[in-house]
Amino acid sequence: MAPLLEVKDLGKTFPIRNLFGRTKGGVSAVDRVSFTLGAQGTLGIVGESGCGKSTLARLLLRLIEPDTGEVIYRGRNILELKGGELKAVRRRLQMVFQNPYSSLDPRMTVVDNVAFSLRANGVPAEEARAKSYGYLESVGLSRTHADRLPGSLSGGQRQRVAIARALVLHPEIVIADEAVSALDKSVQAQVLNLLRDLKQQYELSLIFISHDLHVVEYMSDEVMVMYLGRVVEKGPAAQIFARPAHPYTRALIASAPNMEDDRVGSGAPALTGELPSPLNPPSGCRFRTRCPYAVERCAHETPVLCERSPGHEVACLLDGQIS
Amino acid sequence: MSTHAPVSADVAIVRPARREPSAWTLALQALIRRKAALAALIVLLAIVLSCLLAPLLSPYDPVEGQVRDRLLPVGSAGHWLGTDEQGRDLLSRMLYGGRLSLLSGFAPVVLATVIGGALGIAAGYFGGLANTIIMRSLDVVFSFPAILLAIGISAALGPGIVNIIISATVVFVPPIARIAESATKEVAKEEYIEAAKSSGADSGLIIRAHVLRNVFGKLFVFSTSQIGGCLVIASGLSFLGLGVAPPTPEWGFMLNNLKQLIFIHPVVTVVPGLFIFLTSLSVNLVSDALSDAFDAKR
Repeated sequence: MAPLLEVKDLGKTFPIRNLFGRTKGGVSAVDRVSFTLGAQGTLGIVGESGCGKSTLARLLLRLIEPDTGEVIYRGRNILELKGGELKAVRRRLQMVFQNPYSSLDPRMTVVDNVAFSLRANGVPAEEARAKSYGYLESVGLSRTHADRLPGSLSGGQRQRVAIARALVLHPEIVIADEAVSALDKSVQAQVLNLLRDLKQQYELSLIFISHDLHVVEYMSDEVMVMYLGRVVEKGPAAQIFARPAHPYTRALIASAPNMEDDRVGSGAPALTGELPSPLNPPSGCRFRTRCPYAVERCAHETPVLCERSPGHEVACLLDGQIS
Repeated sequence: MSTHAPVSADVAIVRPARREPSAWTLALQALIRRKAALAALIVLLAIVLSCLLAPLLSPYDPVEGQVRDRLLPVGSAGHWLGTDEQGRDLLSRMLYGGRLSLLSGFAPVVLATVIGGALGIAAGYFGGLANTIIMRSLDVVFSFPAILLAIGISAALGPGIVNIIISATVVFVPPIARIAESATKEVAKEEYIEAAKSSGADSGLIIRAHVLRNVFGKLFVFSTSQIGGCLVIASGLSFLGLGVAPPTPEWGFMLNNLKQLIFIHPVVTVVPGLFIFLTSLSVNLVSDALSDAFDAKR
């Protein structure tokens, strides 16, 4: 069966212009990213802040236009669509944004915030509101909440509204960009469970972006690890967390606060140093400047993703040589 | 295909269970809290209403004078604010004159808010080349001192109240457009705009539904704060003889006319100026209070 969403070699470089508007370089935010998402699957994308996760999400929806690559949804390249066709596809891919304080219009009531998506697609106002009340109810918000302004809602409640807004258009794929990062731990758990329940109920596929490994592990079937705009490792979640292959993945897992001490990789050296500037990324393997195993070869050759075991791919030149 | 939430019957009743207090309710509350602003509002309403009702309230004809009653001081029986050199009742002239003065104070700001608001929102929302073209062109206008520009345009167009309104509008478009542009830029980077785009909404709908709503408060407060200044500029133009033709009463022009009497009845001379000052002050106090009310809570 063909995957629901297939992304091939997606790339985006933001040009940096000098005073006179001439391009003097670029920030390589997303570089040759490929992945597939199966129907009703969950893909988790992890990485530090600034590794291009959010840019990737926006590229998929064409909120930012990609430079290269293809985004194939149900056999059609989204990047070639225009006007009405693009609009039709966009409603099948919806996004839950990072900041619940900025993702709702503070001057519109909660229900109108949700209904706006429908109005944008030509649904009459009354019908849109009626439907929105229904979806707000399914994310656990009552009528009394629905008629308020977002200002009087808590962060968790706002994120529920954002989820309702994404669902109201009947999407097939929901992209959750750091959807719980701004929330308290206890509220995070509620929202995560809500997302899982809704995913089942509405038969959604989920792209779950987070810098929090535990959250990604809890949510995802597949995991993709990004570093400075490139994919360094991807594979089934269970495998990645049990047998991380890339030094970066190991370091990430090692540096995540953990109650159990006996996990594989917990002995790996923690990350040191700062994320290099994406304006001037290291040559060869982009992780080499912080990699404890780096050798000279890493500066000259760019590693590509190689299959390590079925479905588990790693982009490391030294794969197999690191114990 | 996925099955989506059925709309239950009780949900289909779409009347809100509870309404949020509207911006106007909040504005009223802010006014009531601030005693000075409330007083200013009352003064302003009194001035505006009495000018509107001038034909009912004026004791005398504003244009025809009684030569017998020339140059009466303030407080004379029957002529509370005195008379001018032609024996015309000043109270009547103030009331009638206020109609034109207030019109030339408010109309340019209203027009400039519509024009400047549209330009600023377009520049702020679309950014890029559109922004450069719109904002830099307005900067050219902005670089002239306001009153000089107004005088220049009025002089070129010739005297008349319509021309005063046109020239004052030109003066007030750039600052209002700037406020609209910066407010729009701030709104445009919010995630709800991105969410709206990803739901397939086109720019027109996003601007109408999201941008206008969120920019309105700032724009409204700024514009009302400009009315006082506009009144002064319009009166100034009129004072310089670029406004109405005699004998039509208008505050700025009356001020000019009465200045000859400064050694005979200094208090009478001040009357139109006092009205200009009071109106302008009241507008500013009210707009100050409004700016509090429109501060959005998030």
